[in-house]
Amino acid sequence: MTGFEAVILTIVTAATPLLIAALGELVTERSGVLNLGVEGMMIVGAVTGFAGAQLTGSPYLGVVASMIGGMALAGLFGFLVLRLAANQVASGLALTLLGLGLSGMIGEAFIGQPGLKLERIHIPFLTDLPVVGQVLFGQDPLVYASVALAVCVSRFLFRTRAGLALRAVGNNHGSAHMLGVHVIRTRFLAVLFGGACSGLAGGYLSLAYTPQWVEGMTAGRGWIALALVVFASWMPLRAAVGAYLFGGALILQFHAQAEGIPVPPQFLSALPYIATVAALVILSRDRWRARNDSPACLGQVFVPDR
Amino acid sequence: MLRATILAAFAMALALPAARADDPVKAAFVYVGPIGDHGWTYQHDQGRLAIEEAFGDRVETLYVENVAEGPDAERAIERFAREGADIVFTTSFGFMNPTVKVAKRFPDVKFEHATGYKRADNVATYSARFYEGRYIIGQIAAKMSKSGVAGYVASFPIPEVVRGINSFLLGAQSVNPDFKLKIVWVNTWFDPGKEADAAKALIDQGADIMTQHTDSPAPVQIAGERGVHGFGQASDMDAFAPAAHYTAIIDDWSAYYISRVQAVLDGTWKSGDVWGGFAEDMVVMAPYTDLPEDVAADAAAMEAKIRSGEFHPFTGPIHDQEGTLRVAEGERADDGMLLGMDWYVKGVDDKLPQ
Repeated sequence: MTGFEAVILTIVTAATPLLIAALGELVTERSGVLNLGVEGMMIVGAVTGFAGAQLTGSPYLGVVASMIGGMALAGLFGFLVLRLAANQVASGLALTLLGLGLSGMIGEAFIGQPGLKLERIHIPFLTDLPVVGQVLFGQDPLVYASVALAVCVSRFLFRTRAGLALRAVGNNHGSAHMLGVHVIRTRFLAVLFGGACSGLAGGYLSLAYTPQWVEGMTAGRGWIALALVVFASWMPLRAAVGAYLFGGALILQFHAQAEGIPVPPQFLSALPYIATVAALVILSRDRWRARNDSPACLGQVFVPDR
Repeated sequence: MLRATILAAFAMALALPAARADDPVKAAFVYVGPIGDHGWTYQHDQGRLAIEEAFGDRVETLYVENVAEGPDAERAIERFAREGADIVFTTSFGFMNPTVKVAKRFPDVKFEHATGYKRADNVATYSARFYEGRYIIGQIAAKMSKSGVAGYVASFPIPEVVRGINSFLLGAQSVNPDFKLKIVWVNTWFDPGKEADAAKALIDQGADIMTQHTDSPAPVQIAGERGVHGFGQASDMDAFAPAAHYTAIIDDWSAYYISRVQAVLDGTWKSGDVWGGFAEDMVVMAPYTDLPEDVAADAAAMEAKIRSGEFHPFTGPIHDQEGTLRVAEGERADDGMLLGMDWYVKGVDDKLPQ
């Protein structure tokens, strides 16, 4: 394996959980719901994924369990903010706290156990190709799934009727309601999708990235995913680019340090957030685009009155 | 009738203090992280369980996890003091000022603060000399490395961590004077993903021995995946990389906690400062595995020499990176120098972040 190849591989691994979680949140926010509980759903996904793999002996069933875990928490959130019309910001933050506590409780039995690793695929000949073989044909299955997901979400949002309806709900729920779109149901499905993605991102951490369970192992990645959605101005393919940029910055920083090039680690830890602020500044310079990109009803409560 | 009731109540109230003497000693613990970190807090909790094991009914333990360093800590500590704890262990550096503050208000409660330096009549401090273990793993690293390069995943540039890096390299240099050490600062105590990424970067750059001063088993796990070797941190991490884990530096607080609770039971507790290492069984090496017999035997011999005081990892001559002589030939660095260490020894290929 060449040095270059190794760097790319590491970047892809670091970017994948960010990308998956960001895509889920992107869809949720496109429907007009702001779910700040990504971190909480992610950590619950990490623990249910780990537990699922340990109990069944299959990392693939672990992946399924991680999605179910994330969805369960998202379902609770959906009930609170859609059915009971609770404040989305407060409920989202509460969801993060709940997730962190709940995951510790579920995970107690699994501390100190090595996990089952989701193996990288290996296609004879193709994977052994020099330079590009490992990067293109030697990743774990979720890496391919994440790229496919970005393309699918993009096509769904901008090329299908259902995607149009979802965006309509997020942009103007009153009009969408009058046109006969079921606002609450659409939003609930979008919230569930977001939960499944966050859970999957967590499962990626505990099954592929570092196959182990330790409390708090998401370590703030949910917040980076949230920042990534804004950075990408709610566009799925931009989110993919952003995830690889964020991952790349992190990994290159480590390589620079190991080479003896002094980089202040604090600065690079803050980089995703700085980049997001910069992206916001650039976006807001163009009034029309800013209005066009962000879902107009984001965070607003909708109560159908008839 | 009423009078009888009142009398009975009085009698009970009077009897209460007498009953108290037979009450178990209440020992409380304030943790900075979750017990499930399988590292720092986990080991402190193992110490708490050891107390329960040792004293049975004579002790009652309480604990609270995930206490943030700052005003929250003061509240948590005070709550234990109010609930009648006899001794409160606060197990993170950042709990220092809250502990001292609460201790002033509760002169009858005994406090034990880990890794700090502020003491009072009812506040003792304790810490462990992890650097003793680091010297040994440095020697093992230099003997086992084929590339002559080790990777170090480091958290924050504080004296505790710098001391560990220096001790590791001094150990390695005692075997191979040209041994190289690559360091990556991840700017966190605990983030398995980042720790894994840093380990990968170090291995990609030629390190074939991985060591760490962060809390998760990720770096040694990556070492195992990539077919190189490494060491565990804080607790035995052999399960995460069975073929790659040479040994681990284990924090063992059990003996200290048992002795302090015993002192409370005996009424002989006094404030003081304990900085214990191998000799006090506060730092313990995990079993030496996957090593040639002579290397394992040498490591055990060095452990015995440090334990007996025959050898000190920071024995001169020690030069810093600029070549200034810091510890003269044949002398030992004193505790003051060790506690405030903010310079690298010669040979570290890194600039200390400010």
